[in-house]
Amino acid sequence: MTTTEEPQERVPAKPVDKAQYLVCAVLVLVGAFLIYDAVTLDAGFAKVDPVGPRMFPLAIGVVLVALAIILAIAIPRGSIGEADAGEDVDPNAPGDWRTVGLLVGLFVAVIVLVNPLGWVIMGTLLFAGAATILGSGHYVRNFVIGLVLALVSFYAFYSGLGIPLPAGVLDGIL
Amino acid sequence: MNNLDWLLQGFEQAATPMNLLYAVIGVLLGTAVGVLPGIGPAMTVALLLPITYNVSPSAAFIMFAGIFYGGMYGGSTTSILLNTPGESSSVITAIEGNKMAKAGRAAQALATAAIGSFVAGAIGTALLAAFAPPISRFAVTLGAPSYLAIMLFALVAVTAVLGASKLRGAISLFLGLAIGVVGIDFLTGQPRATFGIPQLSDGIDIVVIAVAIFALGEALWVAAHLRRRPADVIPVGRPWMGRDDWRRSWKPWLRGTAFGFPFGALPAGGAELPTFLSYITEKRLSKHKEEFGRGAIEGVAGPEAANNASAAGTLVPMLSLGLPTNATAAVMLTAFVSYGIQPGPTLFEKEPLLIWTLIASLFIGNLLLLVLNLPLAPLWAKLLRTPRPYLYAGILFFATLGALAVNVQALDLALLLVFGLLGLMMRRFGLPVLPLIIGVILGPRIERQLRQALQLADGNWGGLFTEPVAIVVYVLMAILLLMPLLLKLMHRSEESLLVVEDDRDQVEKAQA
Repeated sequence: MTTTEEPQERVPAKPVDKAQYLVCAVLVLVGAFLIYDAVTLDAGFAKVDPVGPRMFPLAIGVVLVALAIILAIAIPRGSIGEADAGEDVDPNAPGDWRTVGLLVGLFVAVIVLVNPLGWVIMGTLLFAGAATILGSGHYVRNFVIGLVLALVSFYAFYSGLGIPLPAGVLDGIL
Repeated sequence: MNNLDWLLQGFEQAATPMNLLYAVIGVLLGTAVGVLPGIGPAMTVALLLPITYNVSPSAAFIMFAGIFYGGMYGGSTTSILLNTPGESSSVITAIEGNKMAKAGRAAQALATAAIGSFVAGAIGTALLAAFAPPISRFAVTLGAPSYLAIMLFALVAVTAVLGASKLRGAISLFLGLAIGVVGIDFLTGQPRATFGIPQLSDGIDIVVIAVAIFALGEALWVAAHLRRRPADVIPVGRPWMGRDDWRRSWKPWLRGTAFGFPFGALPAGGAELPTFLSYITEKRLSKHKEEFGRGAIEGVAGPEAANNASAAGTLVPMLSLGLPTNATAAVMLTAFVSYGIQPGPTLFEKEPLLIWTLIASLFIGNLLLLVLNLPLAPLWAKLLRTPRPYLYAGILFFATLGALAVNVQALDLALLLVFGLLGLMMRRFGLPVLPLIIGVILGPRIERQLRQALQLADGNWGGLFTEPVAIVVYVLMAILLLMPLLLKLMHRSEESLLVVEDDRDQVEKAQA
């Protein structure tokens, strides 16, 4: 499949968005992994299956690496992806990556602790923490809303839908 | 049984009191979530998927029908009252709709949007019921080579035609295909790209991917750029229209529907082009040209109808071929798979009752939407004032809940985070989301068709080009790929210039 980059406009001073090399890195990483994984597969069943299990991941991996190279060439020539706009998004404002980092940290904590501590505790902390990180200063209110959401969802999923969310340390109390 | 009998059967299934209740819940939830800023129909459906896990498939589809139309309508409410459309398909509605709202005619704008959506939805669903069965009857006669060609066409169309940058579309598509590789190979049983984790051998749950890319990715992206000033919501009473509004609205509704449905049914149609075509048509035909740009009701009625009709149109390839052509359809197809229903041309044969129940539910959901939403509009407007920290904390909360509920394992949460970060990256660097989702869904099916087609042809690659339909589709694909090159050589089309102008307009407005 051929890819053509956007028309190069001759307008000068088009800023080069160097952060896009991150996309290249991700593409190379994913592509290389797919190629490695495909190569280490045993090729069997060649008779019944002319394509084999390797071809698809190999082809996708190679194309991903190729796309990374094309993008890497296009970036210094001023190719920019237009960032998503939206109701609450102000794409012209500088990115607030501290907030994102805190949210990701919070999320990692939820992943690690959701089984030992249970959904009610971690759900409460997730909502209250996220609301606080996003700038809501009413700590008590954040906590109470989180607790109500977590409790209601726990019981609704348990008795309403028959899905037992992890109860964790509160097992027996809930 | 013929189609009409089946449709009546479907209505019988859908119209039981319990199922009607599900429909009402679906419409209310869909609108409530869809009206929240930053949440489009696809994300609405993705977030509400877990609710349907443990109800029967027919009840779940009835809810989906409500969520589907509710989410669409909620989105247009947001764009009229806030002038910041969440989806490209409601950009055009926002142009005139918000001007009307600012001029004190919010009630009329919402009314013409609601009634126009209803008209378009009703006609669109009727066309769906008429066209999907014959298409699927034709499709079952096709062999693996043709089906492979059609799926490849959908991939190419979605990637190359929609979106601004083909390079970025391709990047997104191949990332999606890569995700689709994860799991056990269907022919040889070998685990591929599973990192040795046994839970991944069934592949990555597509619900997790959808919720991560749509909900978590969006929430993180917004968190990085949250507007610190509150949005201006225009207060609104109960929507109504005067005689004059009706007279000026009904033709745009019908014309909008005529634009929207065929575009929606095409693999690369989308809703942007028909809404735009509807807008310029109404502008040209209107007796009130001077009102355009200052809040002309025709400019809301036409594009809104086109938008909804196109949404109904996307269900044609989805139900008759198993091909998702927009994000919402892709997520709905996800729900099919999670019910163990194999999407594809045999759907009408294998699950006739379920499909006709879904179609009947679409009619019911559409009607409920009109009945419920006209009186509830002031309430929806209040929802728009939800404090942003709570809104996005809530999205994170429900996304986590949804992903956890799939298999109740923390691994899914880790995947949610990984793909959420991928979604964040895609939004930051302008990689379109749709090709990725389509790639995840279609990639494994394309591989299966290809390998089966080759097996049947004894490994002869020429066997892929034996069916006339396949050859026609490949020719169309080549034309589709070469067209933009030819056009670019000749001139930049008038249309893209206009859109650019409009973008600039929006930016200026934002800065003012």
